[in-house]
Amino acid sequence: MAMLGKLDSANLNGGQRLAVKYFIVALALFGAQVLFGLLAGIQYLKPDFLYGVIDFSINRMVHINALVVWLLYGFIGSTYWLLEDESGVPVVGLGLGNLVFWIFTLAVAVVVAVYLLVQVGPGNETTLWLITEGREYIEAPRWADIGIVVCVLVFFFNVAATFAKGRYTGVGGVLVLDLVALAGLYLAGMFYTPNISIDQYWWWWVIHLWVEATWEVLVGCLMAYGLMKTLGVRRKIVETWLYIEVALMFGSGILGLGHHYFWIGTPEYWFTIGGFFSALEPVPLVAMVVHSVFDSGAHHMKNTNHPALAWIIAHAFGNFFGAGVWGFMHTLPQINLYTHGTQWSASHGHLAFFGAYATLVIAFFYLAVQKWRGNVWMGGGLTGAWKWKWAMILLNGGMIGMTVALLISGYEQSQIERAIGGSGWVAYFSAQAHPWFVQGMWWRQIFGWLFAAGYVLLVWDLLTIGSRETRPAQSLIAEPQAA
Amino acid sequence: MSQDLWWASESFWRKTAIWVTAGSFVVLIFLTFDSMSQITAGTKRVPAYSVINHRIDYVFDEKRNFQVPVIGPEEPLFGKKLTEQEAEALVSHGKLTTQAKNCMDCHSLLGNGAYYAPDLTKSWLDPSWGSPEVREQQMVEFLMNPQDRLHNGIGRKMPNLGITLDEARATVAFLKWMASIDTNGFPYNFKPIEQATAAPASATPPAATAPAQ
Repeated sequence: MAMLGKLDSANLNGGQRLAVKYFIVALALFGAQVLFGLLAGIQYLKPDFLYGVIDFSINRMVHINALVVWLLYGFIGSTYWLLEDESGVPVVGLGLGNLVFWIFTLAVAVVVAVYLLVQVGPGNETTLWLITEGREYIEAPRWADIGIVVCVLVFFFNVAATFAKGRYTGVGGVLVLDLVALAGLYLAGMFYTPNISIDQYWWWWVIHLWVEATWEVLVGCLMAYGLMKTLGVRRKIVETWLYIEVALMFGSGILGLGHHYFWIGTPEYWFTIGGFFSALEPVPLVAMVVHSVFDSGAHHMKNTNHPALAWIIAHAFGNFFGAGVWGFMHTLPQINLYTHGTQWSASHGHLAFFGAYATLVIAFFYLAVQKWRGNVWMGGGLTGAWKWKWAMILLNGGMIGMTVALLISGYEQSQIERAIGGSGWVAYFSAQAHPWFVQGMWWRQIFGWLFAAGYVLLVWDLLTIGSRETRPAQSLIAEPQAA
Repeated sequence: MSQDLWWASESFWRKTAIWVTAGSFVVLIFLTFDSMSQITAGTKRVPAYSVINHRIDYVFDEKRNFQVPVIGPEEPLFGKKLTEQEAEALVSHGKLTTQAKNCMDCHSLLGNGAYYAPDLTKSWLDPSWGSPEVREQQMVEFLMNPQDRLHNGIGRKMPNLGITLDEARATVAFLKWMASIDTNGFPYNFKPIEQATAAPASATPPAATAPAQ
């Protein structure tokens, strides 16, 4: 074992060495997301900024695509991170997994370069194959879609084959089944149709059934592992909770898909189905809060990694408020009629993606850096602990500020544009020009800068945390096993 | 400890998770088959592409208590009546153009997309185009050279995306067809362009004015 506090890949197993590569790219793409979000935010306030150079549509596309891809990198990395621990054997086909990492990363770089340099193309299928598909969140051109599927299949092979060779834990079983669904759903977004209703019907299969179903279950698996690692919670407890969460998440989330089918041409029965099931979607998120807070309390907050546990708790609350409460606020059709396609959605989107997903991936960054430095101390009295604490305050405070600011603009839009104005061109711009809307956009930008400062601090902290520590990680008091 | 209780046991919740997931998915598959049959082009909710040969309006329906699209008398787009195949090809070219130009990352379509520019669901019916006589020409010219037009008082304007004449006309066809989709009353309280006595716009003068203030 290398010296404590020194970054040394000898401290990691094979899967974990691959995981940290994914984490590094994820962190860089997180930075790209923040940067292009700031640029797009400035354009709301100063429309001439970068007009005709990098227009809003391009900034926004890179902003949301970087989001999706850095989270995927985070999830893939986290899965490789826990794979050998969970299965008890080395990753099967690790060489192939490494090769795919480089191919995947090169493909992402090419896609982003084309987004920024070529931007748009003529209205034909060639553009869809080579430049962009022009469908929000899954704008990646078709060649990249196929590449993503191939990469995910190799990743899936690594995971499934490793569990099959070693042992299938509850976490492992749920993870493998979830990855089948996650990969399969992507196929629903890979075709062209002139019919916009059918287009959006299947587009939502990808977007909703990823972020409101399969991604949620994936982070449930990661959280189960995280709680076992940081707090030493018994496997039987986390796995029982995981099954409860899967039942509640899929039980509400699969048919909760209906809340996207109110206004796209689909039949009126989706009002009832979408409204009812999506109203249940916060239930599993409450369960996650109860689960994590109860476990932390039961262990008297005694844990091996303070920053990681803090981000796990942030995840539990962020998921509940961002995805649960902010989603529920406008999920019923009676409300959604006025909020659909306004800054309400942006408010919800920001808090939900951050609260549910970014937080947990950041927790894994901290788990990774701890072990990478030889399982170094990350408990109380950690040298330079102000950095992780301030990064956390700035990131969470910045995000909450942006969310509230966007919500205020959204309320104004629902009232002025939708309820009174009647949703046309004049109504739209009269709402956009209203001081209440503009103030919201300014506050969003200010909190955006705070968030960006938090990101910079996070990167600095991840590069340095534990480097001056010579103490080994705090050991956990083993929980008594069930009789 | 709780492991003695059947309702708190791991195996009970594992089985529940499997059955609930499978059950929900089966219901979703059935509903998807039904929804597909109701949103295929040529149905009551999503009209055939040749609907662009007709006037399309958005009128309050007492029974459903919201506005619904109403297909009116023949009013061919650009003064030329198209067959179903020709109409589909034109609308499809328009849809491809909206994707290739990434419209959805500024605008929303059926309410989905970005919120930097107006929703396009009923943009064909927007009174800001002036009158039905000049609308088609206005839309084509706007799409081809938006940077020269006054959009609003806040300085936000659409960039020039290199849209050709054919692409602009096809995009207008796509937008007209999209306006005919029954969206369950979305957008609410929309005030459509007055077109009760309008004639088709085959020989309209070029419009140099802005579509909206």
